[in-house]
Amino acid sequence: MMLEKPAPVLEIRDLSVSVGTDEGEARILDNAGLALMPGSIHGVVGESGCGKSTLIRAILGILPKRGRATHGSIMLGERNLLGLPADTLQKDVRGRAIGFIPQDPFQALNPVFRVGTQLLETVRTPGDSKATRETKKAHVISLLKAVQLPDAEHALDRYPHQFSGGQRQRLLIAAALASAPGIILADEPTTALDVTTQLQILKLLRGLAIERGLSMIFVTHDFGVVAQLCDTVTVMYAGQTVESGPVAQVLKAPFHPYTQMLLACHPERAKELAGIPGAVPSPLRPPQGCRFNPRCPSARPACSAGQPPRVAPQPGHAVRCVLHLDEAAA
Amino acid sequence: MSGNDAALLEIEDLVTEFGGAKAFLGKPQRIVRAVDGVSLQLKPGQALGLVGESGCGKTTIAKTALGLVREKSGTMRLDGRVVSGLAPKEARRARATVQYVHQDPGAALDPWWSIGHALDETLRIHGISDKGERTTRIDEMLRAVGLDATFRTRYPHELSGGQQRRVGLARILVLRPRIVILDEPTSGLDLSVQATVLGVIDELRQRFGLTYLFVSHDLSVVERMCEEVAIMYLGRIVEIGPTKEIFARPQHPYTRALLAAAPRLEPGSLNDTPALPGDPPSPTNLVSGCTFRPRCAFAAPKCAEARPPLRSVGERHSAACVRLEETGADTPA
Ligand SMILES: Nc1ncnc2c1ncn2[C@@H]1O[C@H](COP(=O)(O)OP(=O)(O)OP(=O)(O)O)[C@@H](O)[C@H]1O
Ligand SMILES: Nc1ncnc2c1ncn2[C@@H]1O[C@H](COP(=O)(O)OP(=O)(O)OP(=O)(O)O)[C@@H](O)[C@H]1O
Ligand code: SF4
Ligand SMILES: [Mg+2]
Ligand SMILES: [Mg+2]
Repeated sequence: MMLEKPAPVLEIRDLSVSVGTDEGEARILDNAGLALMPGSIHGVVGESGCGKSTLIRAILGILPKRGRATHGSIMLGERNLLGLPADTLQKDVRGRAIGFIPQDPFQALNPVFRVGTQLLETVRTPGDSKATRETKKAHVISLLKAVQLPDAEHALDRYPHQFSGGQRQRLLIAAALASAPGIILADEPTTALDVTTQLQILKLLRGLAIERGLSMIFVTHDFGVVAQLCDTVTVMYAGQTVESGPVAQVLKAPFHPYTQMLLACHPERAKELAGIPGAVPSPLRPPQGCRFNPRCPSARPACSAGQPPRVAPQPGHAVRCVLHLDEAAA
Repeated sequence: MSGNDAALLEIEDLVTEFGGAKAFLGKPQRIVRAVDGVSLQLKPGQALGLVGESGCGKTTIAKTALGLVREKSGTMRLDGRVVSGLAPKEARRARATVQYVHQDPGAALDPWWSIGHALDETLRIHGISDKGERTTRIDEMLRAVGLDATFRTRYPHELSGGQQRRVGLARILVLRPRIVILDEPTSGLDLSVQATVLGVIDELRQRFGLTYLFVSHDLSVVERMCEEVAIMYLGRIVEIGPTKEIFARPQHPYTRALLAAAPRLEPGSLNDTPALPGDPPSPTNLVSGCTFRPRCAFAAPKCAEARPPLRSVGERHSAACVRLEETGADTPA
């Protein structure tokens, strides 16, 4: 597996995003980072409100209202996407180099247009002759079949409200795949699916990564899905990326106390359905230093002194935690 | 839960269809038989899980029960009183004690109102005139779903997906209805918040004697929350019974496939888990006999003869498959 280490296709470095609210500035991303390697699937996990959606939406320049990136870079190959004008991102990047599956299947489709109108628009081919329209249509229908949508041939004539929640989610997956992008950003794309349908979709995505060299960032709450699907994973807490590494290593020997606690409450490892005591802090008043420190059983004074630096005790497996400061590998 | 309590909500042989009529400026729509002869009983204080493939008709059952969608046939009784066959407005009024927590977390939230304002308004409309009581209830409920007081002044677009879902739950539970249909209440929630929210749902059930119809894709959640579960496939219930029993001894081939597909914490396990073969089932073009037949590992010629009825396979446990004796379902899958 590990040949000569290739360069990431997409890399986020030290990204900070702040939003203005009525009660002051909220720093919802705090020096977050992530590297996506070619042909790999990278999971992003963390509790609700940790900034997972903010992180992947920032790649496409979609920031919250009154939000701005205050620091960092987002490299797509040699190109820094951060700071590119919105229309350049919209024209050259979104739907071409990068396909996006948004989190909310209910809000992402326009209720007044037929599904066909919305999906065919995402397939960008030069010319609009009858022949190309028919080819486009056939292409989209084949994708709808691939995502297990029943009656795919007739789906394009229907309106969004005529589909179930999970069916809408699958329409969005097909829409993101339609322009055959090299990178997919998927924000919890299977939360509305039963496990048998989810399994089929995960197999489809895995297959595309292998066959077409598709690279993907896959946001999820479910460490089981990360285990099944992903090669590498980043764990986020309260706007900070606290750990990243190969999935097998992170599952077997997690470094960060937060990752350890997240894994310990997975139904397979916990006797009862349980969570980590306490809650993710409001980004308006985040704790100083490592933002996990108020909930961390191993916290010590150094934890609130400043954000711990990123160190890699194992090659490719990095953590930001004072407990691991001395273990940094070269 | 004693078994001989009279049912609070009773649904008998419910059929709900969409389409058929000529669409605006279009061809006639194909008929979608979303619910195809479903019978259910909710006893007071019970939590019944409803699980099944995406698109199998779970939300449609919920909307029909609420009176938001009209049933084609079948009977519905609430507290022994027939509430089916009514015009939509009347139907909704007769079923007002049934409340619904929407599958779409953003649906119930008005973008122009802060969370606190929205909850306050909900309570006011429902006749809680005392400002002090409204405030207490809102604070209590926000805390219960794991949101601190700073959320009162925030707007829906300032919330993450999971936070919106929690507000949606708070909005319905703050009304203290008798029957609550929870449609995927924990999808998109992480385990910590899920544990909190499930704790709240459970506690409210005890405290106010609520009755739940609990729609969920998450099998471990259903296992914990519901003493009984109904498994659906393509508009029909294919297995129903005590949750413990069904998880330990799933009988119907679909139930067994479903339980086997749950993701495990094992790297690369995707390849070892077989997917259901064949095309996804179509509710517009139903096959003869058992509708699971095209994808079933055990299908035989006799499966094509008639829709298998639910048959008893244990105490309060039934399954709709004609080959149970031959498929070795008794040994845990
Ligand atoms: N416009 C905004 N104003 C203020 N706070 C915001 C705004 N948008 C997002 N936030 C906050 O930023 C944090 C991160 O939100 P984000 O949607 O990225 O979380 P998430 O990890 O995707 O959560 P979920 O799993 O629930 O989808 C949350 O605490 C949210 O409340
Ligand atoms: N208004 C409508 N018009 C036509 N067909 C519809 C309509 N609403 C739902 N359907 C169809 O009815 C079937 C059942 O939909 P329903 O929303 O009840 O599924 P579900 O079990 O809730 O699925 P999910 O788990 O994906 O939410 C689906 O095939 C869906 O496409
Ligand atoms: S009736 Fe036949 S096709 Fe249907 S589940 Fe049973 S064995 Fe399979
Ligand atoms: Mg999100
Ligand atoms: Mg639904």
